[in-house]
Amino acid sequence: MTLAPETTGLKVRLRLSDDWFTACELSALLPGRGVAALLPDGGQVALFRDRDGGLYAIDNRDPFTGAAVLSRGLTGSHRGRPFVASPLLKQRFDLTTGECLDDGAIRVETYEVKAA
Amino acid sequence: MTATPGNPPTIVLVGHGMVGQRFLEALAERGLTRTHRVVVLCEEPRPAYDRVQLTSYFSGKTPEDLSLTDLALLAEHGVELHVGDPAVAVDRDARKVTARSGLVVGYDVLVLATGSYPFVPPVPGRDAEGCFVYRTIEDLLAIEAYARTRARTGAVVGGGLLGLEAAGALKGLGLASHIVEFAPRLMPVQVDEGGGAALLRTVEEKGLSVRTGVGTQEIVTGEDGAVTGMKLSDGSELATDLVVFSAGVRPRDQLARDCGLAVGERGGVAVDERCRTLTDPHVFAIGECALAADGRVYGLVAPGYEQAETAAAAIAAEDASFTGADLSTKLKLLGVDVASFGDAHGTADGCLDVVYSDSRAGLYKKLVVGRDGTLLGGILVGDAEAYGTLRAFTGSVPPVSPESLVLPAGAGAPTQLGPSALPDDAVICSCHNVTKGTIRGAVTEHSCTTVPEVKKCTRAGTGCGSCVKVLGRLVTAELEASGVEVDQGLCGCFAQTREELYEIVLALRITSYRDLLDRHGRDGARGGEGCEVCKPAVGSIIASLAPAIGASGYVLDGEQAALQDTNDHFLANLQRNGSYSVVPRIPGGEIAPEKLIVIGEIARDFGLYTKITGGQRIDMFGARVEQLPLIWARLVDAGFESGHAYGKSLRTVKSCVGQTWCRYGVQDSVRMAIDLELRYRGLRSPHKLKSAVSGCARECAEARSKDFGVIATSNGWNLYVGGNGGATPRHADLLAQDLSDAELVRLIDRFLMFYIRTADKLERTSTWLERIPGGLDHVRDVVVHDSLGICDELESLMRAHVSHYRDEWAETVNDPEKLARFVSFVNAPGMPDPVVGFVPERDQMKPDLPLLDIGLRRPSQDDLLEGSTRR
Repeated sequence: MTLAPETTGLKVRLRLSDDWFTACELSALLPGRGVAALLPDGGQVALFRDRDGGLYAIDNRDPFTGAAVLSRGLTGSHRGRPFVASPLLKQRFDLTTGECLDDGAIRVETYEVKAA
Repeated sequence: MTATPGNPPTIVLVGHGMVGQRFLEALAERGLTRTHRVVVLCEEPRPAYDRVQLTSYFSGKTPEDLSLTDLALLAEHGVELHVGDPAVAVDRDARKVTARSGLVVGYDVLVLATGSYPFVPPVPGRDAEGCFVYRTIEDLLAIEAYARTRARTGAVVGGGLLGLEAAGALKGLGLASHIVEFAPRLMPVQVDEGGGAALLRTVEEKGLSVRTGVGTQEIVTGEDGAVTGMKLSDGSELATDLVVFSAGVRPRDQLARDCGLAVGERGGVAVDERCRTLTDPHVFAIGECALAADGRVYGLVAPGYEQAETAAAAIAAEDASFTGADLSTKLKLLGVDVASFGDAHGTADGCLDVVYSDSRAGLYKKLVVGRDGTLLGGILVGDAEAYGTLRAFTGSVPPVSPESLVLPAGAGAPTQLGPSALPDDAVICSCHNVTKGTIRGAVTEHSCTTVPEVKKCTRAGTGCGSCVKVLGRLVTAELEASGVEVDQGLCGCFAQTREELYEIVLALRITSYRDLLDRHGRDGARGGEGCEVCKPAVGSIIASLAPAIGASGYVLDGEQAALQDTNDHFLANLQRNGSYSVVPRIPGGEIAPEKLIVIGEIARDFGLYTKITGGQRIDMFGARVEQLPLIWARLVDAGFESGHAYGKSLRTVKSCVGQTWCRYGVQDSVRMAIDLELRYRGLRSPHKLKSAVSGCARECAEARSKDFGVIATSNGWNLYVGGNGGATPRHADLLAQDLSDAELVRLIDRFLMFYIRTADKLERTSTWLERIPGGLDHVRDVVVHDSLGICDELESLMRAHVSHYRDEWAETVNDPEKLARFVSFVNAPGMPDPVVGFVPERDQMKPDLPLLDIGLRRPSQDDLLEGSTRR
């Protein structure tokens, strides 16, 4: 895997078990739009930034279709809870808890994330 | 009636018209279809259809559109329907009916719903070729065929309701049309002399010639036996190629007469208050063939429905009776509102008239009022807006003076009596006899919050539709009264409708979603993130108006990029495994071999699955995000541009080969399709837009299934709007005829911009056309007659769109910063998404779908049909 060369400036870091993993430059995140990052174990994470600078990280895989596309969904807020809507069948997932807002039985994994 | 086990009692219905169908529904509602065998003998070749709306066939409704019959539902109820097989004899002693095919059915109950037949006056020549009646779909098909090939002039005998409709239809078919009415005025049954005068003026203004007070004495024929004219009672002669008799109807009671049932002096099977024949308790008669207990034969559908209910109730041994009905009617004839209700002709003792008449404007309104102020009836011509309210007040003393109810707005004290002023027992829908109380109950007890829900719950407004306006006001009033706020807002973020947001964006030149949300969003939503509903909707509004409000027309610019659905964001269509499909524009479906080869080479080189689309272009599937720019660099090089298959925007303008190659073609449909596709390409709209151009009336391009469809005529182009395929197919309606190239384009410019301006989010033109108040007539007023005075603005908005169009893909492949987004992983730009995989199928490939923990079942070996194509 070729990782993008690191440059100065804030980086988006994820907690993976005990380590903080550097995913990308903070500047690569457009407010309201996600990106996907590849994890060392081959998994995928969807990263989001809201208009106030808040960062979120959830599993990129849409549990309803199996496709790794959640990073390409539209974001929004519902009663103060930030969410992303899957671009395939439009189910919404809470970005902080991973809970599916349209089906309480479904949840995607979330990651602790910070800019540093 | 005794039922022996395994041999249920049989109900035979003779006739499957509107009333017959209603009778079947009434049987089913009472569970009688479970306990009885039900056999229907229907003379016409098709099951029940909406005869009231018959004339709408000529404005584009198909026989299928007019159908009232859900065959699956009839089958579910075990109803045995025999179409094209009328009853020919009844043996009342043996209780058997014989049909034309020889079928013999024994009955326990026989219900006659044979309707009526058109009365043709006994004039010489009435059977000549070119003479028609106006009663069934078959009659209309025959008139249409004859008018198209053999007639330039048409005459209608009879100036009643159907006669006027027939004359309008003939005119619509391009014939010079005449109406000959024996009575001294048009619609003599419904309106009085004053109303007839107002009607006459308006009808003549529509280009129809009217002769009243003259009878038809003879149909004149030529050597070939076809109609050439008619001789009238005043000694004059009228040249015509086609005659439609529409001189009233008579009950079809021959079957009843033949089997010895009592009929009235002027026809009609005599029945009692339960619709049972006076002669035989096993036989009922309902609808136009029945002579009701009050001695009248009712020729309207509402009393027929009531009789159908009564007969079904009687069979179910329930209490019900039909003792007479309200003859109120409201119609739109040739675009003129005509209504009459209650004692319209003022036959009650001592009643008085209140009349407002304005011949110049074609208005005539008369109320008949009793000495004590009771409203007894009335006639409205030219403006029947108040019909619903007035009819409901009939029989009571209205809370305001009668004259204030008929004066036009602005004159004196115009009074709009809201439906809230009506008593609960006022009938709102007379087709289905639904009272105001029932409608209120639907809202308060059955929690209906919209007109469609109330319609479904109560059936109000599902007949002739004339009460829908009152219904809407009543529902809103009731909701407001019960404290329910009717939220028309776009989503949880905006309280405005899409149309209102469009106006705000245009008026205030707002170019940023965030700006719009923070200034105009709901309180709780301001400063928030918005949602997946309003972001693309606002993105689309800003893109539609970009040149006019000074925003960038490029959907990936700045903040706009964050508003787009993933399809717009990657300018490609997301497929189920996370890969994308690519559709280059092929205007009009015309493509040169060299370009076909380029598409083939690209698909081969990138290993894409290819399929021809329904819109005459080629779709390439299975592209990974990072391949999109590489694919498009080659497409742009070869002269292709984005096909916008991913956008809520113009898709394709399909065409047939037209006059250039086809021996039937009358215009160059391919050229017009290419012109239109290039003009409207890239236009962002509330939903996708599809179009087609056919080179002749054979309609091979299927233009009437499109949002805007164009069909060539020998004189130019006909424009149809509001068509749709998909889940709810709808044929497009004719907006204007015989347009020149320039007129056509100008009208489409206006139509599209008016749609973009006023439609709801994700609302196709078909639903939009049916939703907006006034429907097609209103749209025609606005875009053809410029009734709102906005056509200049609509045209200038479209001109701005056309002149600012740029190809999104050409811009993207030349912008390194935008290209950087086309990666699967931000931290591994060259790495493909490992979840996207493919397996071979039929010489191409298909997605290798990931295993799911939830949801969809994977197909098993058992799903393979013997002999099916290999997977």
